[in-house]
Amino acid sequence: MSNTKYILGSFEHPDDLMDGIDKLQKANISIYDVYTPMPIHGIEAKLGVPPSRLPIAAFIFGLTGTLSGISLLYYTQYKDWPMIIGGKPAAALPDWVPVTFELTILFCALGMVATYYFRNHLFPGRAPRVMDLRATDDRFVVAIDAKENSNHEEIESLLKDAGAVDVLHNERKYVSYE
Amino acid sequence: MSSHNESIIREPLVTGQNITYAKVTNDILVPVENKPNKAWWIGFTLAVLGALLWLFSVSYTFWFGIGAWGLNKTVGWAWDITDFVWWVGIGHAGTLISAVLLLFRQNWRNSINRSAEAMTIFAVICAATYVVAHMGRPWLAYWIFPLPNQFGSLWVNFNSPLVWDAFAISTYFTVSLVFWYTGLLPDIATVRDRATGLRRRIYSIFSFGWNGSVKTWQRFEIVSLILAGISTPLVLSVHTIVSFDFATSVIPGWHTTIFPPYFVAGAIFSGFAMVQTLLLIMRKVLNFENYITMFHIESMNKIIMTTGSIVGVAYLTELFIAWYSGSEYEMYAFENRIAGPYWWAYWAMMTCNVISPQLFWFKKIRTSIPISWVLSIVVNIGMWFERFVIIVTSLHRDYLPSSWAMFYPTWTDVGIFVGSIGLFFTLFLLFLRVLPGIAIAEVKLLLNGPSYQQKLKLAKEGHQDPEQVAFLQKSLEKFDTVSEEEIKELSK
Repeated sequence: MSNTKYILGSFEHPDDLMDGIDKLQKANISIYDVYTPMPIHGIEAKLGVPPSRLPIAAFIFGLTGTLSGISLLYYTQYKDWPMIIGGKPAAALPDWVPVTFELTILFCALGMVATYYFRNHLFPGRAPRVMDLRATDDRFVVAIDAKENSNHEEIESLLKDAGAVDVLHNERKYVSYE
Repeated sequence: MSSHNESIIREPLVTGQNITYAKVTNDILVPVENKPNKAWWIGFTLAVLGALLWLFSVSYTFWFGIGAWGLNKTVGWAWDITDFVWWVGIGHAGTLISAVLLLFRQNWRNSINRSAEAMTIFAVICAATYVVAHMGRPWLAYWIFPLPNQFGSLWVNFNSPLVWDAFAISTYFTVSLVFWYTGLLPDIATVRDRATGLRRRIYSIFSFGWNGSVKTWQRFEIVSLILAGISTPLVLSVHTIVSFDFATSVIPGWHTTIFPPYFVAGAIFSGFAMVQTLLLIMRKVLNFENYITMFHIESMNKIIMTTGSIVGVAYLTELFIAWYSGSEYEMYAFENRIAGPYWWAYWAMMTCNVISPQLFWFKKIRTSIPISWVLSIVVNIGMWFERFVIIVTSLHRDYLPSSWAMFYPTWTDVGIFVGSIGLFFTLFLLFLRVLPGIAIAEVKLLLNGPSYQQKLKLAKEGHQDPEQVAFLQKSLEKFDTVSEEEIKELSK
C-alpha cells in the first residue's frame, strides 16, 4: 500500500487540462478538485458543480437593505419626530428614494461578499490550503484522491497522455504548511 | 474548450511574442517583488512632500477653524467643495471601467481595471477628507448619520441632499473597496505562493487563504458580475446625488434639472483623463506596454471625446435655457460667468473641456502618447475649473447686489488642494509597490484569445481571409509595441 494521498496532474494549457479531465472521467476516475490561476469557463459543467446560489443570497440581502432603508426613514421622519419642511408632508416619499437605494446596494454588496467569504472559508489569516504552489502562477492542476482511486499508474498515464507536464504523487495533502 | 478564437480583425489586447502564463506573472510582479528604482523614489518623495503640505494645511484648519479659508458670508462654499466634487468625479472612471465595461463584456478592461479601481478608492479618500475638513468641528463628523442622540429625537433631515450624499459617498467607498479587494485576492495569492519568509506570512494573511479551486472561481465570477451589476447604478447615483447638492437649491445657475446627467458625464470625462494620466506613465515606467496597449489608450481617448462632447452640449444647453427661460436672474448668472470678474475661469473651462477633447477626432492625436498625456492633464484642469465656475460664480453674485462679493483663496485653501494631490500620489505609488498594478488572473484570460501571438498562430494556420488579415495589419500600425516585422509576419 503506497502512502500517496493525492495525485496531482499539472498542465500548461487550459485546453490540455480540459482534455485531461475528459480522459479521467471516461476512465471513471473521480476528480477531487481543480486549481487554476484564472477562471476556466465551462469547467463547472464538466465537473458537475451545481450553479452557485449566491445571486439568491444577494437578492435577499438587497431586499433587506430596501426594507431597512424604508423602516429607518419611516421611523425617523414620520413616526418619531415628524418635521414640516417647506410645507411638505413628513412622509415625503420621493425624498426617501436616494437613501433607500444606497442602503439596498450597501446591504446587497456586503451581504453577498460576506456570504462568499463565509462559504469559501476566506478570511484574513486563514492558512492557505494549497496543493501546488504553481497553481496560482502558471500551472493548471487537477487533484485526484489517491485513496479512492487505486490505479495510480493508469491515472499517471492518462494525465501524461492528455499533456500533463508533471504528475506528482503527494504524501501530504497540502504543501503550504511549513 | 475553454479558449475560443475571436475574429482576426479585432485588435489584440496583449501584444508581444512568447507571452506565457509565467511571463505574465513575472512581468506584472516586477515592481512588487523588487526594490524600487530611483524614479519611484523621486516620485514618492515629491508625493510625500505634497501629503505633508496637506497634513499641515488641514491641521491648521482644524486648529484655527474654517476662518483660515477664503470664505465670506456671500461665498460660503468655494475651494473645498470644488475639490470634493473634482475628486469624486475622478473616482468614477475606476468604477466605470470595472463595472460597466464588465457588464458590456469589454475585455480591454482586464488590464486597466485594477489600477483604475485603486485610483477610485484613493480619489474618494481624498474627497472624503474635504467633507470632514469643512465641518469645522470634525470630531462631530458622525452627526451626519442618523444615530440616536441625547438631544431628544432630533434626527438628521432626510430631505436634504447633503444627507443623501453622506449615504451615497460612504456606500460608494465601501462597495468599491469590497469590489477591489475581492478582485485582488487571487493576485495576492499569486504573490504569496512565490514569496518566502515574512513576506509570505504577510501576503498569506491578506490573501484570505485563497486557493483557486473550481468552486472558489465559480463563486468569484458570480460575485464580480453581481457587484458590477449593482455598482453601475450606484456610480450613476453617486454623482447624481452630488449634483443634487446644487440642483435642489434656488441659486441661479444651480437650480437646473440638467445637472444629474451633466455631472455624471463630467465625472466619467475627468476620471478617464486621470486614468490616462496615470497609466501612460505606469505602462512606460513599469514596462507594462504589452498589456496596456495602444488599443487601450485609443479606447480611453474615445471615451474622453464622447463624454467631453456630452459635457460641451450640456454647457451650451445651460446657456440656451438661461436665455430661453426668460428668467433674468438665471440669464445674469450666465452673463456673469462669461464676462464677469471670473471670465478667465469660464473660458479656461470652455477651452479645456469643450475644445481640447474634440482634437481626439484626429486619429494621429488620439494615438499619440505624449499628446494624449498632455490633453489628459488639460481635461483635469478644465474639470476643476468647471466646478469652480459653477460654485463660485453662482454664489458671488446671486440676488442682492448689496451682498455681492469676490472670493480669494488663502494659502490654506491652496495647500489643502495641492496637498491632496500629493496624498493621492503617495497612496497610488505605495499601491504599485505592494500590490499587482494589473489584474494578473484577468490578463491570463486574454492570452489564448485576443492576443497578438494567438492571431499570429491563426494567420499562420492559413484559414483566414487575406483581406481580414490585411485589415488587422493596417490597424496594428498604430501600436507602439508591435514592430514592422511582426506585422509583416502575419501575412507570411
